[in-house]
Amino acid sequence: MKVVVAVIKPFKLDDVKEALEDLGVQGMTVTDARGFGRQKGHTEVYRGAEYQIDFVPKIRIEIAVNDEQVNEIVKAIVTSAKTDSIGDGKVWVMPAEEVVRIRTGEKGTDAL
Amino acid sequence: MPAAVNERGDPLDTGDTAWVLASSALVLFMTPGLALFYGGMVRAKNILGTMMHSVFAMGIVSILWVLIGYTLAFGPDKGGLIGGLDFLGFSGVGAEPHPAGLGATIPHSTFALFQMMFAIITPALITGAFAERIKFSGYVAFITLWLLLVYSPIAHWVWHPEGWLFKLGALDFAGGTVVHINAGIAALAAIIVIGKRRGFGKEAFVPHNLTMTMLGTGILWFGWFGFNAGSALGANGLASSAFLATNLGAAAGACGWALMETMKDGKATTLGVASGAVAGLVAITPAAGFVGPVGAIAIGVIAGFVCSKAVSLKFRLGYDDSLDVVGVHLVGGIVGALLLGVFADISMNEFGADGLLFGGGVTLLGKQLIAIGATLAFSLIVTFGIAKLVDMVIGLRVTEEEEIAGLDITQHAEVGYSLSEGAGGHAIAPSGPPAHGHASNTVRVPQGGEA
Repeated sequence: MKVVVAVIKPFKLDDVKEALEDLGVQGMTVTDARGFGRQKGHTEVYRGAEYQIDFVPKIRIEIAVNDEQVNEIVKAIVTSAKTDSIGDGKVWVMPAEEVVRIRTGEKGTDAL
Repeated sequence: MPAAVNERGDPLDTGDTAWVLASSALVLFMTPGLALFYGGMVRAKNILGTMMHSVFAMGIVSILWVLIGYTLAFGPDKGGLIGGLDFLGFSGVGAEPHPAGLGATIPHSTFALFQMMFAIITPALITGAFAERIKFSGYVAFITLWLLLVYSPIAHWVWHPEGWLFKLGALDFAGGTVVHINAGIAALAAIIVIGKRRGFGKEAFVPHNLTMTMLGTGILWFGWFGFNAGSALGANGLASSAFLATNLGAAAGACGWALMETMKDGKATTLGVASGAVAGLVAITPAAGFVGPVGAIAIGVIAGFVCSKAVSLKFRLGYDDSLDVVGVHLVGGIVGALLLGVFADISMNEFGADGLLFGGGVTLLGKQLIAIGATLAFSLIVTFGIAKLVDMVIGLRVTEEEEIAGLDITQHAEVGYSLSEGAGGHAIAPSGPPAHGHASNTVRVPQGGEA
């Protein structure tokens, strides 16, 4: 099992969610996040005083998946979150040792 | 039919009385408006502390005003400088008009109430300057002393018929000197004593919720009709012309500031428009009732231009005026008091004068300069002394740890925003073990309650 983590532009969340649902993904966890990469932050101006705001709003998605599904899920996220402009975000994959469904106690792939 | 008459046998006017009572409520409403205006501009951890600085003034100043503040300002004159103690505790302040003719057609109590609302908002205006770092006890001591030692005397000088600036012929319809220049220079004195916020000029001190500031601006603009048009002390043509000038001052200030920042930065900002409206309102305050509508537009636009420049002075000069009380109220107040000497038109108000553009020469301008200079000097010196005294005796400033944690939790044991259900927390019993032994945090309930 793996955990796929994606940090994307907030307005792309619906597109990514639909693309994942089309693949049969049944759940995901979404968090409001802030960060910067090569895009860096943006400038805000209050009463003429300029501030460089380094961390811009992002959405972080986490999905626990079967090993066989990982590649198509990563591909779907990349395709649906892409705008071709700087700041589109990143996707990475991490191993998951164990998954437990709290309600039933099911473990492993049964809990996905 | 009017039932009472004043000393000269003129009838009290029910319409005038109704308008000044309604205006008093409008002016009171400006103070929670100010709480929103300032509250939106601070960081989230200081929202309650900042709003408290305005709202608590409604509490303490109301009481101080009745007990002693009013009589120092509007009691029988002592040498043109201060009022005598005849009206201590509002004694003798009843249905008959003020003996010196302030509001000849309204009850004395109505006049005193109207003035109470001015006394509330003026110290509240100062609090924007030392926002995010003042100790609550220090703030209470500061505004108490300031009201009695600075506000009341200057109100006497300018508005009592025997006050020395009133007799000089300086004009101030609704409080350009008494309220705005006074609060603005007092803000500067106080921040010299209290010092800069930790991280000023290095960290981004970004407003946490400008939607509150926009609503606060609307409430201030609305309440300002009571402030200025109510200062006619009657429901009449003068009130109407002051009302119109007020709206135009705000409108022109908003447009002026937006134009200036569009030329400089390429974008008009909501905070700029809100600040410009307030700057225009500040500048029109002394002039409403003495200038025509075109003069009001000119004063508003100029205030919007000048104040939008003045707010950046703090970065160059290195004083930390958190919410720009100096840039908006001091500078806007001076702009309005001076331009009144240019745009005053006696045909608008027989008790006014002609300014530079209306054939009055520089006479009025000279008197305006004296009134501005006297207010600046007295308020700066006495406020500095008050701030120093409070700082020595009880302390003005929170500790560094408290400043980092924010005023809300450290000064008031509350938080403004509790948006997550995952914050945890349990009841703490007043004494003895908690009702449920496993709880690591508990809620403390009043004696006699059940945890």
